[in-house]
Amino acid sequence: MLRDITLGQYYQTDSVIHRLDPRVKLVATLAYIISLFVAGNVPGYILAGLFLAWVIHMSKVPFRFMVKGMKAIVFLLCLTVVFNLFLTPGTPVVSIWKISITEEGIAIAVMMAVRLCFLIIGASIMTLTTTPNNLTDGLEKLLNPLKKVRVPVHEVSMMMSIALRFIPILMEETDKIMKAQIARGADFESGNLIQRAKNMVPLLVPLFIAAFRRANDLAMAMEARCYRGGDGRTKMKPLIYKKRDRIAYLVLIVYMILMIVVGRILMV
Amino acid sequence: MNIIEAKKLVYEYIRRDEEGNIEGVSRAVDGVDLSVNQGEFIAILGHNGSGKSTLAKHINALLTPTEGTIFVDGKDTSDEANIWDVRQSAGMVFQNPDNQIIGQVVEEDVGFGPENMGVPTKEIWERVEESLKAVGMYAYRKHSPNKLSGGQKQRVSIAGVLAMHPKCIILDEPTAMLDPNGRKEVIRAARALNQVEGVTVILITHYMEEVIYADRVFVMDEGKVVLQGTPREVFSRVEKLKGLRLDVPQVTLLAYELQKAGVNLPDGILTPEELAEELKKVRQSEDGRQ
Repeated sequence: MLRDITLGQYYQTDSVIHRLDPRVKLVATLAYIISLFVAGNVPGYILAGLFLAWVIHMSKVPFRFMVKGMKAIVFLLCLTVVFNLFLTPGTPVVSIWKISITEEGIAIAVMMAVRLCFLIIGASIMTLTTTPNNLTDGLEKLLNPLKKVRVPVHEVSMMMSIALRFIPILMEETDKIMKAQIARGADFESGNLIQRAKNMVPLLVPLFIAAFRRANDLAMAMEARCYRGGDGRTKMKPLIYKKRDRIAYLVLIVYMILMIVVGRILMV
Repeated sequence: MNIIEAKKLVYEYIRRDEEGNIEGVSRAVDGVDLSVNQGEFIAILGHNGSGKSTLAKHINALLTPTEGTIFVDGKDTSDEANIWDVRQSAGMVFQNPDNQIIGQVVEEDVGFGPENMGVPTKEIWERVEESLKAVGMYAYRKHSPNKLSGGQKQRVSIAGVLAMHPKCIILDEPTAMLDPNGRKEVIRAARALNQVEGVTVILITHYMEEVIYADRVFVMDEGKVVLQGTPREVFSRVEKLKGLRLDVPQVTLLAYELQKAGVNLPDGILTPEELAEELKKVRQSEDGRQ
């Protein structure tokens, strides 16, 4: 059934990583990505890999879920590897016709591949251990200072969480309209790309109308429940840093320092 | 002071053409007087386009009157400054449950209203718990609203309004999109609120069976209140209701037809039990005569 789809890729279990404040996870993910670009040598990558393995172990999420996220970037990964492999100048190892694979090319290709893999796995740990709702909450709180420069942080995060709530409803609606149109003889499966795109019109028009109608109703319902933007609002589940969050920040700082030391200073 | 006091309420929808010129004006609500006491259970009946939903939106200050006044809990809804007080004292539940649930988890949705009002976190949790218990949905507090049935979703919506501690709840056709079981659930929840919590309930509907428990019934047609009184009084006017394209409950209709055929029955019978009782009396008196 369509309504059973899980959003994002949240993996439900109870671990320290799951219980961390979403802000910690957002900051840590960003820091980890930066650290990957700071690291410029093999020990740096080993450290990054060890740290990642430790976090994965702590999160109790089976490793195959992380790999799932990799599928989407297999193409990108191959492209990066191929480009780096063939287009880096240096000492040639194998030469075929005008193209040659160089020693430097191999090194950079491997590095880039590892970097990309770590990056994707690191980011997917965040989405696997945090519900989309929590993530929006964290983002709102993190970006709160931007309100001073008139960035509508609360509004954007409210929109995001409403969008998340309505995705399954709209999916169901799409399914319903699709069936109704198929019953009337619509064809969504045959023909070339242009024809198929054209055939989508009788699906998209009612879907858009329905979505706008829903939005209108929802806005009214929100107003009826005294919604008037983010000012003066309290939170049912406020984000408060706990001891484990502070420890996590400490671990992160230690990791970053180690990374800089190992990746930059120790072996230039 | 009555909780709701409307005097000569008029609301006009203005249709405009593409240039913004006024094309026509239609009166959705036309000179309605309405006064509701605290703790009453009121039903507003009417077929589509009778102006009942427009009237309901006035009680919640979603619409403000074109002419006339409406006071909710002593506050004029036309005054911009009163809007949030009015919306807090008169909560509203809409027809489509999917379009009024904001949270992704039941308890978060119920907490939405109190969050907007700026209630402290600890109290929000208390309110959420007590509201969900009042509508019998406490066991589902961690569920996703998408996985609930229509009747359950509507009960969550009612809890969401209840958590704002309103004096009055307006239910705008809450059962129109539900199956018979869901309808029963919602009406039961609404009655419980009225009787246990003492909340004023205004039920807008076109299902006759739902209004027999009301203290007073208003029947609307073309923006006007055309009939009002206790359910018994209103349903005794079978011909008039038929003229308004409204159906009376089947039992009432049966009693009415029997009456017309010469059986000695009182006006406005509302439940099957009542009809059975009356028929028994008729038989006894006939037996007595023979």
